[in-house]
This record gives sequence, structure tokens and C-alpha cells, in this order.
Amino acid sequence: MNWLTLLMVLPLIGSVALAVLPKENEKLVKQVALASTLVVMGATIAMAVGFQRDNIELQFVEKYAWIPSFGINYALGVDGLALVLILMSTILAPVVVLAGWNESQGGRWSVKTFYILILVLETMMIGVFAATDVFLFYVIFEAMLIPVYFLIGGYGSGERSAAAVKFLIYSLFGGLMMLASIIALYVMSGAQGGHTFDLAALSQLQMSSMTQNLLFLGFFIAFAIKAPLWPLHTWLPDAAESATPGTSVLLLGVLDKVGTFGMIRYCLTLFPDASKTFTPVILVLAVISIIYGAILAIGQRDLKRLIAFTSISHFGFITLGIFAMTSQGYSGAALYMFNHGFSTAALFLVGGWMISRRGSSTISDFGGLQRITPVMAWMFFLAGMSSLALPGMSSFVSEFLVLVGTFTRYPVHAVIATFGIVLAALYILIPVQKALHGPTTPGNENLSDLNLREKIAIAPVMAIIIVLGFYPAPLLNVINPAATHVIAQLGFSDPAPTSGGK
Amino acid sequence: MMTSTSLVYLIALPLAGSAILLLAGRRSDKWGHLLATALSASSFFVGLYQLSLMVGRTNSDRPVTQKLFEWISVGTFKIDASLMLDQLSICFVLLITGVGTLIHIYSISYMSHDPDRRRFFAFLNLFIAAMLLLVLGDSYLNLYVGWEGVGLASYLLIGFWNQKPAYATASKKAFVMNRIGDMGLSFAIMIAFATMGTVSFSGVKEAAGHTSTAALTGIGIMLLVAATGKSAQFPLQAWLGDAMAGPTPVSALIHAATMVTAGVYLITRSNFIFDAAPTAQLLVVIVGAITLMFGALIGTAKDDIKKALAASTMSQIGYMILGAGLGPVGYAFAIMHLLTHGFFKAGMFLGAGSVMHGMNDEVNMRKYGALRKFMPITFATFGLGYLAILGVPPFAGFYSKDMIIETAFNSGGAKGIILGCVTLLGAGITAFYMTRVMILTFTGKSRWDEEAHPHESPWLMWLPMAILAIGSVTSGYLLSHGDTLVNWLSPLFVNHGERAELLSPVVVSGLALAMVAIGVAIAFVKYSRNEVAAVAPTDVSIFTTIARQDLLQDRFNEAVFMQPGQALTAVLVKTDEAVIDGAVRGVGRIALGSGSALRGIQTGFVRSYAALILIGAVALIAAIWVVTQ
Repeated sequence: MNWLTLLMVLPLIGSVALAVLPKENEKLVKQVALASTLVVMGATIAMAVGFQRDNIELQFVEKYAWIPSFGINYALGVDGLALVLILMSTILAPVVVLAGWNESQGGRWSVKTFYILILVLETMMIGVFAATDVFLFYVIFEAMLIPVYFLIGGYGSGERSAAAVKFLIYSLFGGLMMLASIIALYVMSGAQGGHTFDLAALSQLQMSSMTQNLLFLGFFIAFAIKAPLWPLHTWLPDAAESATPGTSVLLLGVLDKVGTFGMIRYCLTLFPDASKTFTPVILVLAVISIIYGAILAIGQRDLKRLIAFTSISHFGFITLGIFAMTSQGYSGAALYMFNHGFSTAALFLVGGWMISRRGSSTISDFGGLQRITPVMAWMFFLAGMSSLALPGMSSFVSEFLVLVGTFTRYPVHAVIATFGIVLAALYILIPVQKALHGPTTPGNENLSDLNLREKIAIAPVMAIIIVLGFYPAPLLNVINPAATHVIAQLGFSDPAPTSGGK
Repeated sequence: MMTSTSLVYLIALPLAGSAILLLAGRRSDKWGHLLATALSASSFFVGLYQLSLMVGRTNSDRPVTQKLFEWISVGTFKIDASLMLDQLSICFVLLITGVGTLIHIYSISYMSHDPDRRRFFAFLNLFIAAMLLLVLGDSYLNLYVGWEGVGLASYLLIGFWNQKPAYATASKKAFVMNRIGDMGLSFAIMIAFATMGTVSFSGVKEAAGHTSTAALTGIGIMLLVAATGKSAQFPLQAWLGDAMAGPTPVSALIHAATMVTAGVYLITRSNFIFDAAPTAQLLVVIVGAITLMFGALIGTAKDDIKKALAASTMSQIGYMILGAGLGPVGYAFAIMHLLTHGFFKAGMFLGAGSVMHGMNDEVNMRKYGALRKFMPITFATFGLGYLAILGVPPFAGFYSKDMIIETAFNSGGAKGIILGCVTLLGAGITAFYMTRVMILTFTGKSRWDEEAHPHESPWLMWLPMAILAIGSVTSGYLLSHGDTLVNWLSPLFVNHGERAELLSPVVVSGLALAMVAIGVAIAFVKYSRNEVAAVAPTDVSIFTTIARQDLLQDRFNEAVFMQPGQALTAVLVKTDEAVIDGAVRGVGRIALGSGSALRGIQTGFVRSYAALILIGAVALIAAIWVVTQ
């Protein structure tokens, strides 16, 4: 059974169904969109059950010739990392639809168009993680920009057009760098056994270290923009400030993961030597991102921008874990990608509800919400605790794995990164105090607490955050074999205890 | 090690209480406090049951474990969610659940008028569960979960009335300063894993024998950093005074009897590291000595009864830390003082709560006076706690504190003499500030506001105070008679044999009592012979002024950390937009060869896109050129 293709087709069917529905019946449009995303989620879970976790080979593999004359295939397959990211994406999709039930109103285009865009985007989110043909990956990587561009530019707030264009230009620039590298790989493959875009075949190419370094940079810059890594981050706060909360969840929670996912899948696999060459620089950029993102978050006055900067800090942790080249670092980073999706979703969705009720995203406009809207305040607090990686929350497991995995090989980087946990306490507790505590300030007296739909939307997110905090084994068991495999392929093994072992 | 199947109930019962109360919400308002109290008590009875089992076994069979599930496993980093109860942790289990249950009972009445009483009990149960996890975890990472868990509970309870901005700030301050300490714990775990390949207590204990002193010293210092955060020791002590913003039962349970003593637990638990890392151990002693004086000096100047007691707590924990830093001979005495302090300090805090209850929540002792006539039970129980903390025989503190002073003197050389003198001097200052509290609150003339109608608290409140007072009287004798506690704990520590005695116990007790007598006398002369002003006098010495401001701890932190930090944040926020984003925009402009391409960004979009494709094409040609070289 072609599971992955099925997953990609299901949202498209949903979007076609939406297309034939009347524009005026917005409620029906939303219901069909929700049903579609739920079906996709169910199908993904059904597929995941059949995943053989100890098998390090790609699974659910499909391969069909697409443009045979250029050696381009429609080729899909997942390992543990891709599987958990697809799971994350398809679980987040219905949450986003349900949570942002009314956020598509008042856009430049119709409600119907909004959900068609979301469903098309979901197809691409699955495809981008599942593609094993570099050309197919590139096409989806670039094509994803289109729905996001329209989602930000058409349905956002404030300077939405400018933010959308900034996002697009950054991404296109990165994409072009990657395209150049891909074409170079293609050309070389022709000289070494036949033109191909097959990831596994390309990883066997022989090339000089100079070539490898240049091509690595082409990919890495594209991914560092997407992730985003300091200093290529400045598009993100603008985009997050303007986008609707649901779009922000998909943008920061899912699309940005393509950056860190790509670093593992493409940079490490295709250019192992170049990856090692650039590791020292990347580690420094990662540590800067962690601290810089956290300090900038502390200094923000706008809630959405604050959340965006916390993500820059978190992506620093993920990148640090990837390039630490230890199994704890890698598994921590992979788990972090999954956890960050839910942690950020919680912050953006609850923050979005606060903002839409108050009519302002300025933190100081809020005050004393804990006594007015206790459930909403609790949810924001819990989301914040997840963001600062409190033990008991899933984010703690991944953050600590990254730190401990980095420490065994790069203690100085790990020590500096650990200061991020103090800054995290500040960037969460400052907005918590300003918005939730203190006396109720004018303009907040009549805010309504979460309704049933919103409670249902946020409950699974919180459940996942807490359950995985205490029992991350289901995910780690899937990720670990891939981690060991990738590390070993690069010629690394975990540093042995310096005192001579147990 | 023997296994158990019932350890988990210790934690699960209060944790379930917390979850039920929070999820049921207002529906549980009527019975929530009763359920929480019952579950805390159940946990106490499970603890007693465990104790009875433990007593019945031989020394080497006493520790038991229970593996719950595999928590984290990546490569060689394997952490089980696993509990361990041994002779040390059972002491804490009984203290936490015993004092905890008494404080639950007290709070039923104390919080009865608060509309959010249910939430208060949910947090109390959450605290009990987290604190039990802290002392039952069998590895540093399991401990870490409890460690931050109690921090969360503390944050929630300090900020229980966070509609007052000052209280909200106090809770945030406590959390952030604790996180600095937590960072130390993180580092300790990382060093342990990198050098020993394990972070379980048993694994680290075994590996410590063949690990370099440098690594052990690093771990030790980082554990000490963690302890200073949680236990409000120098230099991370500044949060404790503000933490008195929490309801008084919280101050008694978390910020006196249990959570703040977690640092002492951590150091004692890690005895195998400190015994092998003399430098770290010396630092422990130094931190303890500084803090015991620091807290005592602050205590002399506070007019707020809770803040005076908080300063005293800081100082008394300084004694415990100092004791724990004295190595194998000191651990048991540190724990003994921790247990007796748990009784008398919790009792006095509840007494302070009882006074506030009768005085319209007034905390300024200058507006008290003569309360012994109106609150006889509170006066009696508080008075017994007072005698205990002073170290008057045969009350509890006499046994536990004198042991630490004696061990300090006998720790050898100049160090012994310095430490001995510091602990003695501390005892004298303690006697002074505690006598001051007694006099200002209970004796002399009344200095109340007109609307105050002092009255004794209901039995739900005085009963726990009375039980704790019994502990203040008897616990020292019971724990030290026949060296009960020392023998009980001895299998955990390496025995280095007897040391030469510089001073005999009798001499130490004599000296300590003399110091106490001097302290009491000075306080008596100063506050009982003269009229106490209802408003704090301002024409005081520079020392008093500094002590009133907590020895300038906040000013120091603000000037050295907060203000530079805020300035850095402000600068970075500006430069992010102007410099980094500006640079990116600038590069874009240069690349596009047109200064206006991005300015009219919306209309010029197609043009920009075309230019970007041009860049891509250039890059592509460059790449192909390199390839074909």
C-alpha cells in the first residue's frame, strides 16, 4: 500500500471538495476542512503503527519514474526522523483548523480559499519530509512558499504584505542557493555513473573537498534561513507578527523544521566531510542563536514577536544537537523538533486567543487575566512552562538531551547554551506576570474565557506535552536507531566516559 | 538492593490530589481541601509503614528501590523513572508528609475565607508530590525533576495572591534565582555523565573512586551552586525574604521546614563526591558560615515577623550546610538540625500566622505587643519553638545545634577555630533576634491599631502548632539519645574514625549557653527595658540601615546583573533591526544593484524576484564552473 502517497492525496481531495462547495457556507467549509485534516491524522497514525522501529532502512518506500529523460523520480520513504515530523505535522493540522476557527474572517480572500491553502500546504508538508529524490524535495520545498505567502499576505494583520514579501525573498534566495548545489550534484552524477537525483545515489558521489564545501553551503544557507539561524533570522519575527496564529503554528512549528530536517537529511548525508569542516562555525552560530534569541525575546513588547524570538533560541538548541555528533545530541534534536512543534503551537494558539479577544498584541495591554479568564491563563502558563523546558514537560527531555549530548564533545558550547535556561525563565515569566498577574487593567475586564471548541483544540496539545515529558519512549524508540545510524555513517561514536567507564 | 512495590504511592497520592483539584475546578470547592489533606495524611501513613518495614531489616537490607518505567534512553544515557528509599530519604519522607499534613490541617482554617482555597490545596499537594520525588529519585536527573517541581510549586504559592504586583514580582524573582541554581545542577549532571557515564546515585558513588579530583571538584562546586539556589544560601539568597509574600502556611512548609532544606539533602546525598573533593567541601563550609552570619544579621533588623523568621531560616540552614561541609562526622548532625529545625521553625511560622490571623494580617511587630494574654496557646507553642532554636537544654536545638558547633570546633586547625567561633557568635545573634521577636510580639505594652481585636485561633490551627511544639521539645533528645540518628544514617557515610577533640561537649555547651545568655540579655535590655516605638526609628546606625535592607543584597544584584542586563537587552533589540536586518537589506540592495528595489517592496516585487533569479543563475554558473574544474 502506498501509504505516503495516500497521505499526500487525502488533503488534496479535501481541497478539491472545498473548491466545489459554495463560498457562502463558511461553516460547512470549515467542517469539511476539519474532517479532511482529521482523516489525514488518522491515516498517519495508522501508518505509524506499522513502522518497524529497529529497521534503519527507509520504510514505506515508493518510487516511480517521473521525468525519465532527466533521471527524476517520484520517490518517497521515511526513517524515524521523517516519520515523527510527519506525525507532528498531521496532528497539528486539525488542531490549527479547530483552534483558529474564525481567524480566516476578514482576509483579502474568502474563508474557502484559506482552507484550500491550508490543505494544499498539508500535502506539501508531508511530501517535503517524505521525498527521497532531491529534485522532488526541491520542488516541494519551493512550492510550499506559495500557500504560505498567500496565507500571510492575505489573512494576516498589520504590515502583512511587507512581511510576506520579506519571507518570500529570504526563502527564494536560500532556495536558489540550494538549486545551484542540486544542479551541480546532478551534473557530477552524470560523470559518475548516470544522471540521477536519487538521494542515496548522490551521497555516494566522489568530489573534491572544495566542491563539497561549496555545495554544502548552498544547501546549508537555504536551511539556515528556514530554520532560522542567527544572523539569517530577521524575517521570522516580522512574519510571525503579521501571520494569523494558525499560520504561525504551521510556519514555525512545521515549515521551519524543514530547515533542521534538511541539515540532517541533506547536509550530513550528502556532504559528510564538509559538514565536519563547517561544524565549528555552525556550533558557534547555534549558541549565538540560543542566547541572542532569548535576550531578544526578553526585550520584545509584542507577544507574537516574543514567541518568534523564543523559537530562534529553540532552533539554536536543535542545530546545536544536530552538529554535536553524538547520539544524545541527535536524538535530543530530533525529539526537540517534534516537541517544539507542540510547545510553539500552544503558545501561539493561546496567545492568539488572548490577542483576538483583547484586540491588541502588545503585552502591556494585558493585565490580571488570571482572575478574569482562568482557563486561558492556565493554558498560557502551561505553554510557557513547556517553552522554558520545565521537567515533566516534553521539551525538558529534548533540551537536556541536547545539552548533555553536546557537553560530552563540546563542553564550552554546552555550558554557554545552558545559560539559555535562565534567560528562558525570564522571557516566559515576564509576559506571564504582565499579562496574567497583577490587578485587572482597563480593557481586560470583560474578556471571555475559552469556549468548548478552544478547550477541545488545546487539550490534545497539552496532553502530548505532558505525557511525552514523562514517557518519551515511544518517540525515542523510533528516533534512536536513525540517530545511531547517522552518527556512525559520519564516522563518529559517542565519547567514552573520561574516567574509564562504569 | 531490595525492591518495593509501594514506594510510588508516596508520590502518587498527593499528585492525584493536585490533579483532581485542578481539573475538577470549582466543582471541588466544597471538599477539595479535605481530599488534599486526607491524601497528604495517607502519604504520611505509607511513609510510617515503610519505616516499620525498614526498621525490621538489617542495616544493609534497609534501602529499597522501585523501578517504574524507562524514562530516557539514548545511547549510554539511560535514566529509569526509579525511586529509592533509604535511611536518609525516609527521614525526609516523614518530615515532608508529617509536617506537610499538619500544615494542610492548619490551612483548612487559615485559608477558609479565601475564595481560592481549593487552588491553594491543589498547589500544596503538588508541592508534597514534587518534594517527595526530590528525595526519592534514585538519580540526579530524577532528583532534578523534583527539584524544579518544588520550584514550580513554590512559584505558584509565593504568587498565590499575585494580583498584588509586588507578590507577583516576588514569585518571579524566586523562580529566576532558583533557575540559576538549577543551572548548577545541570552542569553537575553533565560533568558526571561525561566523566563517569552515569548519573544515578549508586553509579556515581561507585565511579567516584576512579574519577579525577578535578572532575569531582567540578561536580561538587556545581552541586553547591544548586544548593545555594534552592536553600537560599549566599550568594543566591536574595529571594527568600520576598518569598514571604506567600500565605504563611506556605512559609512554614516550603520556606522553612522542607524545600529550602533540599540543598542540605543534595550535599548529604552526594557525600561520596564531597568527601573526595576537599576544595568543594571547603567551599560548602565557607558558604554555610557566610550565610549563617548573613541571615542572623538581617534577622536583627527586621520588623516584619515573617521576614525576621525568614532571615532566621536562612541562618539556620547556613548551620546545616556548614555541618554537611564538615564531612562524614557532620552529615548526620546537619540532618538532625534539619529535622529539629523542621519542627521548631514550622511551629514558629504557624505561630506567626496565628498572630496575623488575630491581628488583621498585620506583620509589623512594632504594632504587636502584649499578645501573650490574648493568644496563650500561640504564645506557649511559639515560646517552646523559641527555646528550641536558642538551644536551651533540653529543647531540640540544644542537641542539634551544639553538635554542629562542636564538630566545627573539632574540625581541626585554624579552620576549626574560625568555624567554631562563627557558629558560636551566630548562636548569640540568634538568641538576640529571637528574643527581640518574642518581646516585640508577646510582651510589653500593646501597640495595636485600633481595629485590631487579637484573639486565639481556632483548634484546627492551634492543634498543629501544639504538635509541632511537642516536636520542638522532644525531637532533639529522641534523635540524639543513644546516637539514634547517627547510627541510623551511618551505613550511608564513610566512617573516618574519631577525631581529636579540641573542646569537649560540655565546654561547647557551656560556651554556647553563655553566648545565648548574652544575646538574650542584650535584647532584653534593648527592647524590654525601653519603650518600643510603634514606628521604626529612622535615626539608626548605618549598620541597622544596611541590615534593614538585607545587607544590600538587592541593590547589589540590581546594579551588577539587572541593570546591565536590561541595557544589553535594549541595545540588542535596537541593533537587531538596525544592524542585522539592515545588513541583510543592504546586501540585498547591493546584490540587486538598485537602491530602490526593496524600498517599494510591494510594487517592485516582480523586479526583485527577477533580480534574485539572476543571483541564483550566477551562483549556478559558479557552481558548475567549480564542478568542471
